[in-house]
Amino acid sequence: MTLNDWLCILLLPIILIILAFGLGEFMAKVFSGTRTFLTPVIAPVEQLLYRLFGVDEKEDMSWKTYALSLVIFNIVGIAALFILQAIQGMLPFNPQKFGAVRWDTAINTAISFGTNTNWQAYSGEQTMSYLTQMLGLSVQNFLSAAIGMAALVAVIRGFIRKTSAAIGNFWVDLTRSILYVLLPLVIILSLLLVSQGVVQTLSGSVTAQTLDGGRQIIAVGPVASQEAIKEIGTNGGGFFNANSAHPFENPTPFTNFLEILGLLLIPAALPFTFGAMLKNRRQGIAIFAAMLILYLGGLSIFAANEMHGNPLLEKAGVTSGLNMEGKEVRLGIVNSVLFAHSTTVTSCGAVNSMHDSMMPLGGLILMFNMAIGEVIFGGVGVGLIGMLCYAILTMFLAGLMIGRTPELMGKKLELFEMVMALVIILTPAILLLLLSGIAISTNTGLSSLGNSGPHGLSEIIYAFASTAGNNGSAFAGLNANTIFYNLTTSLAMLAGRFSTIIPALAIAGSLAGKKIVPASTATFPTNGLLFVIMLVSVIIVVGALTFFPVFTLGPFLEHLLLMTGKTF
Amino acid sequence: MLQLKRSLLAFAGLSVICGLIYPLAVTVISQAVFLEQSNGSMIINGKQIMGSRLIGQQFTSPKYFHGRPSASDPPYDASNSGGSNLGPTSAKLLSQVQSRVSRIREENGLPADAAIPADLVLTSASGLDPHISPLSAALQVKRIAGERKMPESDVERLIHQNTEYPLLGMWGKEHVNVLQLNLALDNAFNGRR
Repeated sequence: MTLNDWLCILLLPIILIILAFGLGEFMAKVFSGTRTFLTPVIAPVEQLLYRLFGVDEKEDMSWKTYALSLVIFNIVGIAALFILQAIQGMLPFNPQKFGAVRWDTAINTAISFGTNTNWQAYSGEQTMSYLTQMLGLSVQNFLSAAIGMAALVAVIRGFIRKTSAAIGNFWVDLTRSILYVLLPLVIILSLLLVSQGVVQTLSGSVTAQTLDGGRQIIAVGPVASQEAIKEIGTNGGGFFNANSAHPFENPTPFTNFLEILGLLLIPAALPFTFGAMLKNRRQGIAIFAAMLILYLGGLSIFAANEMHGNPLLEKAGVTSGLNMEGKEVRLGIVNSVLFAHSTTVTSCGAVNSMHDSMMPLGGLILMFNMAIGEVIFGGVGVGLIGMLCYAILTMFLAGLMIGRTPELMGKKLELFEMVMALVIILTPAILLLLLSGIAISTNTGLSSLGNSGPHGLSEIIYAFASTAGNNGSAFAGLNANTIFYNLTTSLAMLAGRFSTIIPALAIAGSLAGKKIVPASTATFPTNGLLFVIMLVSVIIVVGALTFFPVFTLGPFLEHLLLMTGKTF
Repeated sequence: MLQLKRSLLAFAGLSVICGLIYPLAVTVISQAVFLEQSNGSMIINGKQIMGSRLIGQQFTSPKYFHGRPSASDPPYDASNSGGSNLGPTSAKLLSQVQSRVSRIREENGLPADAAIPADLVLTSASGLDPHISPLSAALQVKRIAGERKMPESDVERLIHQNTEYPLLGMWGKEHVNVLQLNLALDNAFNGRR
């Protein structure tokens, strides 16, 4: 790798830290209800919406009411998206005259976008009308991200409040996430993207007379508005099948940089929000540091490995065996690796290269990022929730070592919190392994494979890691648009989403009811280097113990066989 | 029931803001400020749309620079984008690469052991990659100069003029837009005759 490649990799975290810190502080103000520079413009709209929804801003909800409102609201969105896909043929903004989406694909897509996964079993430009893309998919991009943020804010309140029965107002947190955070960011990003060449039009496809005497039908659409929320909300569902590899979604290295920054921004800012709301900024920095260490560690292994090239290609006559299969020239290897890594550590799942064609060890890093539960920055809101669960586990282990009841930020951790944290950490992992097992032991599961040998196993593991972790990227050689995969991945997505959010709100409710124990000399500090190292180790150990067998049979085995020259 | 009613109202209200007002406002602003970009950066000759500056086209004629192989069917199908998704140990991928390598060596009169730049024999992620590396363009110079009876230096100059460089020298790789290069080639060729 050249010096420029390393600079390009190092500059991203530097710019990210600066922006994330500023946004983190801003979000802390928004969610505490403090005035911000946007308040004069947005507050009137906000008040109007509360009146429309019939919401009393002052109402404080118990965790059960909060969770119930959240779940009902999420299900309403999923149902509405299903209906919209079924009737899109009769509705306007449909220049390509697409009919109803097939039932199993429509269920899968509704759940996928409703759970912030954006797994796509369909090809966008061949399936969805402009209205479905805007009023269906884009809306869920906003709402599912805002729901994630609301859940996190409730969990933060669990740590702040003392002996309180309530954790906030879901409707207020939801509305503020959208009006103060998501909308301003996406308006800026979408216009920047258009200026670089991302399309934004309501006209239908364009027919071109090509230079070499052919005809080319060029799909266009309202892409930029969806592209922006796709990154900012860590959703990842592309307007086009090729997602951010498509030149109309990601035309230049500059848009590529903006998109990577966009998808990391809110998840990276939330630890700072946490620190600011807790009035313990070092705590936020410590959690951010743990995330950054894991991010950079995986990234350097991945980048070095992918830059090394594929010896089989070199033998076939390709210069240096450079693995450009499934990558775009304007982006090159480094920017493809940066994007792929960033999109799998967060729950974004947008892709600017085809992950299925990555080298085996690169694929392994991507699967690891998702399988540990999307906690390295992670999804908007839910990423930090997952990280806090690992922090609870870490403090439990630390408590065992020093022989004291574990505490985290002044709250005693007891059986209930431990059980809920483990439900959050383990449910997606168990589902991933279980559903992969079913897929590889049935003909229906195996008949969708696009590659054979250990890479085939990787395709299946990747699919369930992605859906159970609510990521949505794919080893897209797997034909996932079958009834079997549409239904099994739907199950994984629903379980992945709600087994995180509901137990997290339960933890929030339980913590909010507890006293805050003042720190003493015997308290294990959770904002220092020792804590960061322990947290990172716990995550790596849990991930390694859970997934070592499947990763050995998939990507590791493929790597070893590739080195001996074996093909499938 | 209260929460269901609020859910329905909130869903309706927020859908209008996020799903109609926001995308339509961005469309109006984009169409007003960035007319060319928002409509796909089309290259128009008179009334005829020749294609988009951002979307690759299939070139097979020997007098044009050839782009990357495309995994879409037919190649460069701009209404159905996508990659091959073949893995690094796929026998199918390797046999495809071998046949592309030998075809390119043959078409361009290269020695039988010449290494070929990766982008010219491996398919892109979108199937629509409009670019190739400057090296991939350079190895086609001799063929094109021969076909068009132009001096090789003229063709090389056109490559140089159509090369785009990484942002601040860091983000991205040097790349040549194949469609724009071929248009420049046609212009230069017609101008000379």
